[in-house]
Amino acid sequence: MKNFKKWVATGAPWIWLNAAAVTACLLLVVGLLSLIAWRGLGHFWPASIQEWIVQTETGEQVTLAGQLRETETIPAERLREAGVDLPPELVEVDRTLLKVGNRDVTGQDFRWVLEPFVLERSEPRSLFLLERDEWGAFIGRLVGIKEDGTAVRADDINSEFEQRLARAESLRAEIHDLERGEIGKINYRLERLRLAQRKLELKGDNDPKARAEIAREREGLEAEYRALEERLIDFDRQIGRDSVVMRTANGEERDLPLATILHAYQPNAMGLGSKMVHYLGKVWEFLSEEPREANTEGGIFPAIFGTILMVLLMSVVVTPFGVIAAVYLKEYATQGLLTRSIRVAVNNLAGVPSIVYGVFGLGFFVYTIGSSLDELFFESALPAPTFGTGGLFWASLTLALMTLPVVIVSTEEGLARIPRAIREGSLALGATKWETLWRTILPMASPAIMTGMILAIARAAGEVAPLMLVGVVKLAPSLPLDGNAPFLHLERKFMHLGFHIYDVGFQSPNVEAARPLVYATALLLVIVTILLNIVAITVRNRLREKYRGLET
Amino acid sequence: MTNDATEMNLAPDHSHPAIPEDLDLGPVEITVDKLNLWYGEAQALKDIDMQIADRKVTAFIGPSGCGKSTLLRCFNRMNDLIDSCRVDGSIRLNGKDINANTVDVAELRREVGMVFQKPNPFPKSIYENVAYGLRIQGVNKRRELDETVEWALKGAALWDEVKDRLHTPAFGLSGGQQQRLVIARAIAVQPEVILLDEPCSALDPISTLKVEELINELKKDYTIIIVTHNMQQAARVSDFTAFMYLGELIEFGETDQVFTRPRIKQTEDYITGRYG
Repeated sequence: MKNFKKWVATGAPWIWLNAAAVTACLLLVVGLLSLIAWRGLGHFWPASIQEWIVQTETGEQVTLAGQLRETETIPAERLREAGVDLPPELVEVDRTLLKVGNRDVTGQDFRWVLEPFVLERSEPRSLFLLERDEWGAFIGRLVGIKEDGTAVRADDINSEFEQRLARAESLRAEIHDLERGEIGKINYRLERLRLAQRKLELKGDNDPKARAEIAREREGLEAEYRALEERLIDFDRQIGRDSVVMRTANGEERDLPLATILHAYQPNAMGLGSKMVHYLGKVWEFLSEEPREANTEGGIFPAIFGTILMVLLMSVVVTPFGVIAAVYLKEYATQGLLTRSIRVAVNNLAGVPSIVYGVFGLGFFVYTIGSSLDELFFESALPAPTFGTGGLFWASLTLALMTLPVVIVSTEEGLARIPRAIREGSLALGATKWETLWRTILPMASPAIMTGMILAIARAAGEVAPLMLVGVVKLAPSLPLDGNAPFLHLERKFMHLGFHIYDVGFQSPNVEAARPLVYATALLLVIVTILLNIVAITVRNRLREKYRGLET
Repeated sequence: MTNDATEMNLAPDHSHPAIPEDLDLGPVEITVDKLNLWYGEAQALKDIDMQIADRKVTAFIGPSGCGKSTLLRCFNRMNDLIDSCRVDGSIRLNGKDINANTVDVAELRREVGMVFQKPNPFPKSIYENVAYGLRIQGVNKRRELDETVEWALKGAALWDEVKDRLHTPAFGLSGGQQQRLVIARAIAVQPEVILLDEPCSALDPISTLKVEELINELKKDYTIIIVTHNMQQAARVSDFTAFMYLGELIEFGETDQVFTRPRIKQTEDYITGRYG
């Protein structure tokens, strides 16, 4: 007993308790990250395709080919209640989820298979997995190639397929460039012309010269457009030339135009090396491409881009505002009851639920300020709203408002930490209060300002709820930054990783296909947030180093 | 302060005038007339009358809380920073009342420089610290800055130690060097008066000696007022000494006279270490 008391008095149990708490936190964080990473990153691995012969409830035998997704054990009783005929000695049954693809053929691309009904398993090397631009994946065997509808004879059908697919791919890239590049540019200019004309009409300006100018310009653009359109049609014809005949595991044959096939590979025939290459390619595609098929396929580049751009814009807005407000509160305002209540109010703003900011942003920024802006400056585009609807700018502003308290509080703390001696030293040299602030106090408080920004970024990057109201969409037609003047389009809607997770995970028509993407996107959101924070922390550490020695 | 007074049961002694009638200051730089100062309700300075001699060193001594630092900070209106502070009476610098409404405080502080108890260099390079006051005045010409920085650092006897590392952070200097840097910073704007508020209290004896030598050099060009707790230092560096107690000026005279033949009993008690 005495020893125990002594032991307690040494403080050792306290240290153990602290260490245990830290360990628990670390385990939780590491566990969370590894779960997300494992589930998310595993999605891109080209898993082998199983071919199973399965007995159905009606006694027929079907052949299924697909990738294993997961296996779970369920009580046999539940299945018997559902009317499945099982041998009486079975208590538990394993069932496996197969990704069988071929949604256009069978109507469902995921199948649960009960293990006792699997009659035969194999992994044939000849099975292909085709990624298509719609209907999801196709799994089956290659049986023929057609050119303009007639079958092509080839010695090595696989390499013939590869060559023709490569041709289709390069054509597709050219079509994409044409549509997104030149045609997009002309459309943008045509729209600008239309707005210019509308503006003239609204002004009641009947200047025939201006009208003629616009008409002439439009004709020029339309002629250009027709030329491009012809090229596009030509490309479309070329890419539509080839098709392949594929046979599903169950023996049905389908003609698939090569134009719809994005990738084709035989996972069972691939070695570890080529699987790795394929895997990295898929990860890169995920990072760099646009989403397809209701966000369940393709990449999430627009969401990454939108998230980062929005956070940067928010930082640009919130920092000056927060710093100026904090300087006034700390340096100029008389420290009385009013200032104290303002400070309390600001601190409490940090605790307001973010959705409230979203509602405010929608009501005030979008509907009030946005509509007024539209009436004043974008009359020609009405009734289509320009700023009178959610967009990048309003989203950034709303989040800036939301994170303003954080910046104000930490800047104020930073200002309070500046030693009196430094202020007096500057004032004693004949500097005014403003000069002292600008030349000495603010630079010295900059690490604290950066701390505020770091907290603001951490909060803003992961925020979803308010964004849904003020400008985030599940699929944005174009990035907010492009080659058309004025390059940064603040009024455009944008995509955001956080919202993307919500959309893919809970709004998707194809839950099974989307689930791994939720993990992958979540991992990416964490990484993006960490990267943004690392940048801010690096800047802060540099500043700290520069103004080091304050403590002495 | 109050404790001292009750324990010793000593109220300020008014039996003799604080300033001997035959005191010869030479040319006068600052005249203090009936100066009273309050922090809120508490009166910190009471009816101070004194004159500061031009280009001489005047030392303020007295126990902690006697108001010597407060008086010093009146000369460049540093007390303005304290909201509750109220001043009445006049301080004239070369005949101008520095408390007048028309006075530009920043301008005044350029004329009356100040060095604080702890070295307080800015988190900038040595060069930028010295150039700070000039840049505030809008001097940005490289050559002019270079010349003034060199001149000020030489004036503060620091040039030889830092000339090779002018652009390194000032925090890299030792405490004594930092204090001389701060003095260089103060003289770079060419003030008339330099106020030193216990400039050596945070320094080791060797650095203290260097600063004291510097004060001896500087008094050729500047009027210097120094607040110190160190009696020997006051005796060593100053020409005139003022002894203050409980916000009042008890005795003011030539340093030799104050330290060897104090006219007032309280002064004698203090400098012989009987209280304070």
